[in-house]
Amino acid sequence: MTSFMPPADRIWWKVPVGREEIVWILIALTWCLIMFFMMPYWHIYGKQNLSNEAYQTTPAKFGAKVQEGIDQYKTGEEAGVPIIHPPAGSDVYMLGRLWQWWPILELEKDKTYRLHLSSMDWQHGFSVQPININMQVVPGYEMVLTVTPDQSGEYGVVCNEYCGIGHHTMVGKIYVKE
Amino acid sequence: MTETSKKPGEDQEERIPAMQSLLDNPFLLLFIGVAMPTVFYIVWGIMEIVTIPVAP
Amino acid sequence: MAQFRTCPDTGLYFHKSAESLIKANAVAAAVALLVAGLLGLLVVLTRWQAVHLLPADQFYMALTAHGIDALIFWIIFFEMAVLYVASSVLLRCRLATPAWGWVQFLLMLVGAVMTNVAIFQGSSSVMMTSYVPMQAAPHFYLGLILFAVGALIGCFIFFGTLVVAKQEKSYEGSIPLVTFGAVTAAIIAVFTIASGAIILIPTFLWSIGYIAHIDAEMYRVVWWGMGHSSQQINVAAHVAIWYLIAGLVFGARPMSEKVSRGAYLLYILFLQLACAHHILVDPGISAEWKVFNTSYAMYLAVLASMIHGLTVPGSIEVAQRGKGFNNGLFEWLRKAPWENPVFSSMFISLVTFGFLGGITGVVMGTEQINLIIHNTIYVPAHFHATVVTGTTMAFMAVTYFLIPVLFRRQMILPGLAKLQPYIFGGGMTILVLFMLGAGTLGVSRRHWDMDFTGAALGFDYPGMAYTLMGIGAFGGVIGVIGGGIFLLITVGSLVFGKKLEPSAGLLQSFGFPLAASCYTDKRPETLPRAAPLPAGHHTSSFEAPGTFVLALVLLVTFVVYYFINWKYLASVWQLS
Repeated sequence: MTSFMPPADRIWWKVPVGREEIVWILIALTWCLIMFFMMPYWHIYGKQNLSNEAYQTTPAKFGAKVQEGIDQYKTGEEAGVPIIHPPAGSDVYMLGRLWQWWPILELEKDKTYRLHLSSMDWQHGFSVQPININMQVVPGYEMVLTVTPDQSGEYGVVCNEYCGIGHHTMVGKIYVKE
Repeated sequence: MTETSKKPGEDQEERIPAMQSLLDNPFLLLFIGVAMPTVFYIVWGIMEIVTIPVAP
Repeated sequence: MAQFRTCPDTGLYFHKSAESLIKANAVAAAVALLVAGLLGLLVVLTRWQAVHLLPADQFYMALTAHGIDALIFWIIFFEMAVLYVASSVLLRCRLATPAWGWVQFLLMLVGAVMTNVAIFQGSSSVMMTSYVPMQAAPHFYLGLILFAVGALIGCFIFFGTLVVAKQEKSYEGSIPLVTFGAVTAAIIAVFTIASGAIILIPTFLWSIGYIAHIDAEMYRVVWWGMGHSSQQINVAAHVAIWYLIAGLVFGARPMSEKVSRGAYLLYILFLQLACAHHILVDPGISAEWKVFNTSYAMYLAVLASMIHGLTVPGSIEVAQRGKGFNNGLFEWLRKAPWENPVFSSMFISLVTFGFLGGITGVVMGTEQINLIIHNTIYVPAHFHATVVTGTTMAFMAVTYFLIPVLFRRQMILPGLAKLQPYIFGGGMTILVLFMLGAGTLGVSRRHWDMDFTGAALGFDYPGMAYTLMGIGAFGGVIGVIGGGIFLLITVGSLVFGKKLEPSAGLLQSFGFPLAASCYTDKRPETLPRAAPLPAGHHTSSFEAPGTFVLALVLLVTFVVYYFINWKYLASVWQLS
């Protein structure tokens, strides 16, 4: 019965450590270092990294950029939400608000876009399904994702940060065309 | 459960190693345990946020 | 004059004032667990899409209360009891400033009630995180602040008791390992509460109109300094309870004081950095900050958990082998007292925390992998493995031990108590595993309707997602039944259990001291050092080979699962 009694030795720091503990510590430390270096490794060799490019903004300022994008690139509407088809390589603006993702994006497969995201009101979660890419969308901050959709299809943008009673109706769309 | 493990005088003179003294001092541990996350997580994190540039 | 009684069965000493405070905090914790469990039932029955019990507004209200009652009130009330046991009881010392202990208890009680009232009034369905600019009623924040102030007082009473014990020489040498684990928990608690104060006080002022604006990103970073650290308190506390129960049930001694305490030091230094797990897909925070903090500075706190994962069962194995259970690798484990809920609950806690909670936590806390997991139901799946099957089951284990020792009641329904850890642990494990799967399919957390009823633009989850959520919810129902059995047995024992002393009446179960004749003014004998190590300790052979094999199984699982997730990440759209 010693786990809840003072150590047997006055100087317990110098009591030798058993061999399996030493071996296990070395194995575990090696694994910890491998996991640590996987992250910088992926920054260099992996294809899925966040640039962490972001700007401080305001809802009015960001909303104006979104509207500009809609005015320039609108191709149609679906359920009252404008659809835009921005050129490959361009800056694309999308906002989250209670309870909409605005506008709908039409992107081309294997083309790269600079996707700007922000919120007009509360925090939202930008969750592209079924590919399962998830970002936090925070009011006052404009996040830039450099994204290259490499599979075509229809994607839902589910809000996965709780944003009030209509949270479950907040679904947007991204179309990726061949 | 018996009394102390070592015979009296055997190691009573030996100085307590520095690491053991550290681990026996809850207030020093409290200080470093609060300072570490305050510096690396909170202060550094807040600096990251305030240095985000304003949108053009 | 400080009065003490001795437990005739265990020889533990109880300071009269500490004893009452431990009971009061433990009972308040049980009430919070009851409320949290009932709300949890409503939550799983709503997320089970075929049942879909509550309407949206009630679901979000129930989910907010479930999170706060379970993650904050149940656990921190119980941790106050743990701190008082680890200081006053284990060190055979009077509790420092017991009057302040009652201030601690009352502030936490008032705070907990106030926040619950705010939530059930319906104006504060903001989730546990209460992310700004979504606003709750002012008394939602005020309740949390009062609760935190109470908890901070509890931490200072704990540190004060350590000082008293040292001054009055109530023990020889260094504090016991279990108490050292409690020191770690209390240190993390101080940082937790400080972060909470930094963010919740301005948010409270904002809710009553004194402050115009709270920056949403600033809120996230500082709030998680509290939100995540509060759960790291649990890790330190429940590991201490693992060591305690290994000692109580098996007479196990730590394999090495140096290694175990060194591992706790790694927790003190690095564990709290992992608050960054919540900020990995946030705008504008650099990769350097994310990588350093999310990895606890090179995963050194993970190293600490892996060490405890070896040394806790290892110490049990050494003790069992010492009793002659030496056949093969695992006789020591097969012949463990699996029908004793103190042991079985603790062991399920150990295994599920490592295999489910630990591995998933590290995987989703990897900077890049987080983007395929953030805010999916994978996240609550992970933390139900850490705080439910991990922390809660460790706390349940120690409660079973305390019923006769502290409350002086014989446990009722012993047959059911044997099964309870398996029902609760089994149900919650099903919930965890299937919610992990659903999260991998993208199902969102904190979401009322995976059918998106009423949405202008829809999205259809695959049928498998519905199946996984249904099975997971079924596991949750079993878990709630297991939790209900726990409360039935423990609370029932306090009321109806056979009295182990004539003085253990009903009021005594809820904080009143036993009859005056049980206590004496005589100071307890000084707590001696543990018996000396047997000769030949740490010879060249492995002392706990079975545990080493189990640890390697954990490692292999960990490595395979970790790289599967990188592979999965590599399949999503390119991002840079």
